[in-house]
Amino acid sequence: MSDALLSLENIRTDIAQYHILKGVSFSVPRGQVTMLLGRNGVGKTTSLRTIMGLWQAKEGTLTFDGADITGAPISARARAGIGFVPEDMGIFGDLSVEENMVLAATNGMPDPARLEWLFSAFPALRTFWKSQAGALSGGQKQMLSIARAMIEDRKLYLIDEPTKGLAPAIISTMVGALRTLKQQGATVLMVEQNFSVAKALGDQAVVMDDGVVVWTGAMAELAESSALQERLMGLSMEAH
Amino acid sequence: MTIAPEHNPVFARLGWRDRLGQSAPYLLVPVLIAAGFAAIGAPSSWLTLTVSGLAMGMMIFIMASGLTLVFGLMDVINFGHGAFISLGAYMGVSVLFWLSGWTEAASLALNVGAIGLAILAAMLFAGAVSWAFERTIVRPVYGSHLKQILITVGALIVLEQLIHVIWGAEEIFLLRPESLRGAVTFFGAALEKYRILAVVIGLGIFIAMRLVLRHTKIGLIVRAGVQNGEMVEALGYRLRLVFVGVFIAGSALAGLGGVMWALYEQVITAGMGENMMILIFIVVIIGGLGSVEGAFIGALLVGLLQNYVAFLEPKLALVSNIALMTAILMWRPQGMMPVVKAK
Amino acid sequence: MLTRLISGDTPRSPVLAALLGAILVALMFAPFLFPGVRALDTAATICIFILLVASYDLLLGYTGIVSFAHTMFFGMGAYGVALASIHMGRSYEALITGTVLGAAAAALFALVIALFSLRVRAIFFAMITLAVASAMAVLVSQLFQITGGEDGLTYRIPRELTPAFRLGEIFDTRINGRILNYYLVFFSCLMLFLLLLRVVNSPFGRVLQAIRENEFRAQAIGYKVVLYRTTATCLSAAMAALAGSLYAIWLRYVGPDTTLSFEIMLDVLLMVVIGGMGTLYGAVLGSVIFVLAHNYLQNLMGAGAEMFQNIPILPDLINPDRWLLWLGVLFVLSVYFFPTGIVGRLRANR
Repeated sequence: MSDALLSLENIRTDIAQYHILKGVSFSVPRGQVTMLLGRNGVGKTTSLRTIMGLWQAKEGTLTFDGADITGAPISARARAGIGFVPEDMGIFGDLSVEENMVLAATNGMPDPARLEWLFSAFPALRTFWKSQAGALSGGQKQMLSIARAMIEDRKLYLIDEPTKGLAPAIISTMVGALRTLKQQGATVLMVEQNFSVAKALGDQAVVMDDGVVVWTGAMAELAESSALQERLMGLSMEAH
Repeated sequence: MTIAPEHNPVFARLGWRDRLGQSAPYLLVPVLIAAGFAAIGAPSSWLTLTVSGLAMGMMIFIMASGLTLVFGLMDVINFGHGAFISLGAYMGVSVLFWLSGWTEAASLALNVGAIGLAILAAMLFAGAVSWAFERTIVRPVYGSHLKQILITVGALIVLEQLIHVIWGAEEIFLLRPESLRGAVTFFGAALEKYRILAVVIGLGIFIAMRLVLRHTKIGLIVRAGVQNGEMVEALGYRLRLVFVGVFIAGSALAGLGGVMWALYEQVITAGMGENMMILIFIVVIIGGLGSVEGAFIGALLVGLLQNYVAFLEPKLALVSNIALMTAILMWRPQGMMPVVKAK
Repeated sequence: MLTRLISGDTPRSPVLAALLGAILVALMFAPFLFPGVRALDTAATICIFILLVASYDLLLGYTGIVSFAHTMFFGMGAYGVALASIHMGRSYEALITGTVLGAAAAALFALVIALFSLRVRAIFFAMITLAVASAMAVLVSQLFQITGGEDGLTYRIPRELTPAFRLGEIFDTRINGRILNYYLVFFSCLMLFLLLLRVVNSPFGRVLQAIRENEFRAQAIGYKVVLYRTTATCLSAAMAALAGSLYAIWLRYVGPDTTLSFEIMLDVLLMVVIGGMGTLYGAVLGSVIFVLAHNYLQNLMGAGAEMFQNIPILPDLINPDRWLLWLGVLFVLSVYFFPTGIVGRLRANR
């Protein structure tokens, strides 16, 4: 696929003696939001971490923006333009919100206009700009983690469960911010358990089960067919 | 879409208990100084001992700071850290002997200049050796504490023995430079000049270190790396390079501490670093592994307590530090200011 | 029968089995095979170090914890016997009382240290034991009224265990109390070694190894990691104290240099690593090789230093006083290149 920004080919990742990814192949098209879906423990987070380099792939090829990054160090991948929002948010609790953001701006200080936009999306960040990040609430930490990834234009955003454990009101703030990001034409690969969020944001869907990809296609197609959802993810009606 | 009305974030106010808990370690130093006053009685002896304790604490802090940061950053425990103290001391003392014309002169400028050059040589030497040490000894054993401890203990022995080979097995005695000998009298208390200088240098280094850690980008990366190294890499920084830098800087500081300790004790042995490691470990444990502030407070407590107890009951001096460690670990099992890992 | 005696932990290598057999035979008949005071002394030292090193391996190899207080526990057993013999007079009761109290004190100390450190982080243990052991060494030298300070203590043990007690001759060897003493040491060490072998091959030992391999997983399965580690620590300390008691009975002398010094701690570390961590047979090989080398190799280095005395630096490097330098180098190289030690090598080459 020529318009693929990122592609995984037969990626295998082991954690200790366990085979977590057993040959994962999919690609992320430019300018689209790709949802990585599936039950718990099927390897979604491991896929993101392997793309970021936090786990090293044992086999297979990772291509990003035309370059082979399979063996590249973590920092090189970040510098190549991948922004990462980990499952545990990865907030530096002893640092202030400001310091968290400054650290994320790899090319010096954050751009003021960009910062203004992030403040309007996540007002709490302005309120607590000088406070210790560790004292933020769970939702605020998640906002900080996402804002940190968005402080610069990244070619690709890897976002792991941005709505996990959040109150509905905060989820809608989050969805709003991510939709703005999408409208700007960003490329996103997102793991999401909340199907309605996935439906609202996703263009493409990749469904995993037991360490392999079992379905790829348009998010709309998956959203329309409850039979497909049932078969692929064991989703029941109340999950909608 | 804007923020939902019912979501109105407030910063939870800390109760007085939490506030006291946070600042309690800072309060321990004045509390200990006051307790020392009560136990000793005589103000002049107390003042002498306090200055001496602070001087000792500052020197221990300088030696311990690198060790605690190296551990915090890469989870590497270096039992060979003491070797850099000894190496620094021997190099520094060699330079002082070489500059004997400067140290014997009754000129403060020349004396301090000689010490400055000795310190510079010691730091460069310890730093250079530590660079090779990191590459050959430490790098192959990342991730395994067991191997780290074994290998670095082995390397400590080898370096100590090499000091014997190069500088001889006998202890080396030295005299402080002319204008730093003797004491000044202050409110009836005799304060050794050199100890005052040691306090000044130690405080200067602590403040400089804090400024670097708080107000520079590299300091920011180090502080973030201590909490969550993986995320720092995922933001595009090469933590390994930062780590090597901190390792070398920390070892150079150990070398500096070695020179200062040599001038304090006026004798050096190859085993001095190994002996210092005992106090250094106590300091980094009670301070909280990875915490520079914790190590600073811990070092002051150890230095003060050691001096007070040595005055009151000489035989209990070293045991008193074990007692201090026990008491602090009973109060806070992770040490006074443990670094909160974000994982 | 034999397999049961060694708890099913077979050497799994013909060479290793042959070596172990040879060592066992040599030690068992040492008084008859190697006449002379020095040879018997070496044999007894080997027996005691096998026990000491094996007890350390229970901690280092099987539990994955580094301790620097093992010689402190060793010393507790030794000083226990010495002090009991001095205060209770020359008697078997004194030996037994000293041994029991020494082992109990060691286990109690180990328990306290373990509670402070293992609860938080296994790595604390290494640092805290280093601090405590050095404080103890200083204390022993300072409290010389009780401990004899740097000079140590000499005392009298029951006459049947001393050279003055004569029994007759077997195979041209004069049987005296010294030989009885040797067999007391030998059989005690053998029994305690077999007991350790039983411990590491019991379900308890297997849990320890599971924790060493993957602490979090063991915790997740439901093992109380701290409890297991603490128990192993106490057991290991008590065994070290017993070895110390035997050493005190054998030497009729205790002092900081023979029981407490950091140098002995390094020797023990080296013996474990060279022999092979995580296998008690490694302790046997490590101790034998090391004690022999310590007793005989230093002479060789002295001769070498004299031979090369005209070359710069080299005589300094092989001066017998630089013995530790080469130990350190050997130690570092073994951790890198032979992390499984001699036993691991032998088993791999099967």
